[in-house]
Amino acid sequence: MSLKSCLLAASLAALSTATAAWAEPVKVGMITTLSGGGAGLGLDVRDGFLLAVKQSGNTDIDMVIEDDQQKPDIAVQLADKMIQSDKVDVLTGIIWSNLAMAVVPGAVAQGKFYLSPNAGPSQLAGAGCNPNYFNVAWQNDNLHEAAGAYATSAGFANSFILAPNYPAGKDALTGYKRMYQGALAGEFYTQLGQTDYAAEIAQIRASGADSVFFFLPGGMGISFLKQYADSGVGLPVVGPAFSFDQGILQAVGAAALGVKNTSQWSKDIDNATNTAFVETFEAEYGRLPSLYASQGFDTANLLLSAMGKADVTDTAAFRAALKQADFASTRGDFRFNTNNHPIQDIYVREVIREGDVFTNKIIGTALSDHGDAYAAECKM
Amino acid sequence: MSLILLAEQVLNGLQFGVMLFLMAAGLTLVFGVMGLINLAHGSLYMVGAFAAAAVAGATGSFLLALVAALAAAAAAGALVEVLVIRRLYGRDHLDQVLATFALILIFSEGTRWLFGSFPLYLNIPAWLSGPVLLPGGIQYPAYRLALIGVGLAVALGLHLLIGHTRVGIRIRAGEADREMIAALGVDISRLYTFVFALGAALAGLAGALVGAIQSVQVGMGEPVLILAFVVIVIGGIGSIKGALIGALLVGVTDTLGGLLLPRLFGLVLDPSAAASVGSALAAMLIYLLMAAVLVWRPSGLFGVRA
Repeated sequence: MSLKSCLLAASLAALSTATAAWAEPVKVGMITTLSGGGAGLGLDVRDGFLLAVKQSGNTDIDMVIEDDQQKPDIAVQLADKMIQSDKVDVLTGIIWSNLAMAVVPGAVAQGKFYLSPNAGPSQLAGAGCNPNYFNVAWQNDNLHEAAGAYATSAGFANSFILAPNYPAGKDALTGYKRMYQGALAGEFYTQLGQTDYAAEIAQIRASGADSVFFFLPGGMGISFLKQYADSGVGLPVVGPAFSFDQGILQAVGAAALGVKNTSQWSKDIDNATNTAFVETFEAEYGRLPSLYASQGFDTANLLLSAMGKADVTDTAAFRAALKQADFASTRGDFRFNTNNHPIQDIYVREVIREGDVFTNKIIGTALSDHGDAYAAECKM
Repeated sequence: MSLILLAEQVLNGLQFGVMLFLMAAGLTLVFGVMGLINLAHGSLYMVGAFAAAAVAGATGSFLLALVAALAAAAAAGALVEVLVIRRLYGRDHLDQVLATFALILIFSEGTRWLFGSFPLYLNIPAWLSGPVLLPGGIQYPAYRLALIGVGLAVALGLHLLIGHTRVGIRIRAGEADREMIAALGVDISRLYTFVFALGAALAGLAGALVGAIQSVQVGMGEPVLILAFVVIVIGGIGSIKGALIGALLVGVTDTLGGLLLPRLFGLVLDPSAAASVGSALAAMLIYLLMAAVLVWRPSGLFGVRA
């Protein structure tokens, strides 16, 4: 854990003990990625979450924030520690699906709530769903389904698709293929954390594809886009927002301009909550928020809304309060499906340059009121 | 599968190989001459990339950025050798691994403290961007061709340095018999600092060159470090020639494995399963190669010590 998050957690803890609390404080354990190549994602989730808590003025939240280093074994250790010695009521924060698969089933089996600000593996949306598991971001397939729908409507008929070889990567290609009606020029799984895509780009060039779909979050996406732009292949690119989020666009630079990507959030979604969120986030942290920040912000607001309605020790009532999703989302309309995953609109965005900052602009809606394909398999 | 694709992939394998060589050369020199296992070599790669990104951002010149990367990594290497590594030569390998692992953490958090957690922007210069047309109709990025050229030039330079200069003679003598060369009046600690800084500079150069087509971020050195260790184990620890051959072997095996294995499985499986199984096996291929080489020659292809 960095010094800053240590101090933050300590001061929040001090605040909550200093004021005479009218309700039992809720203890929240946040396990997220704060070091290594994926740290930008975790930082955004954490900062979005803490911003919402700060704005609410609610002092009944005790935070424990720890860094999982993007390693499943460390995430499991942290979850055990938070449940057994910190006695947390709610866990949240995990970015990566392989880590979520390692932590979430065990945590909810011990009666804890888990609110996912990012990872939404298909296993936890279908047969492995749990009444104490709520996903505030998306089911993993969602943004890729939207990309598939967009590719079909844009008239692409021969896509080359690639993703890393891990749970969310498989969900990504499955999701794209579900909504995309054309043929596939090639399908490729890369290694998680791979940084050189020359071999894949050569295959794209030779495949006769008319478009490329890729899901490569974090640094992987930066590498791919720079190398793709330099290769001169020049086919149109479609992807989910993860490869074009605010944190990495500056590092990609002009290579990403004009690329279409799909997202449930964008900084130009026009509602009062979102406008205020973008303004206050930038004022607080000195950078534009990413979709991860919006997800952290929404997760905290969901938790706060449930805390206003029920006591966390009354599990059934608290669960019902969470399920209502009675909070103002940065996305506008937001509600939970039967499997506790979102039903929401997913937009198509285009990468543009605003002054000297690269960012996204909404150019259309890919899917409206979209749930996920696994809800029917969820029995709870 | 066309011949053009195959040729392009061989070029990709070569390019990957020569960049691995830049990393592995320093690692194998340091191990060969000083008997030191340096896990922090990947951090010096990162230092080079960050120095290049910072200087390129400030001045806009890619060549200046490369010079900065060389200088920063060499300086960081020399500093680390004088402050920390020097105390480790007499210790066993476990102590060296522990101390240099601590250096990884210090470098990573220090870099995060200085530059923040978000990736930095470093791009290839305009005069090397875009593809060039090679004989036979192969379109290949000019920058990657330049990387192959730089890597081979460095290999030639190292060959001349080690084989035909006074410093090279001392380095080889240090490898063969450390006490004797010290008894002959060579300032062994200065030689060690020089060799360490040289290895660091090569790692920094690799970081800057590769950073321009990948992402410049904290922790970028560790995945490369693992591959560099595979390279020096295959090539034989302490041998520059082994590092070059090993690096090219690993580069070409990895690239062609990723291309051919999914196709091979595609003959018997449906495309989706073939892509999945083929990529998984391709990821293991270089480790299988390493195991096979070690069975055949336990001290590596050109190993000077067992």
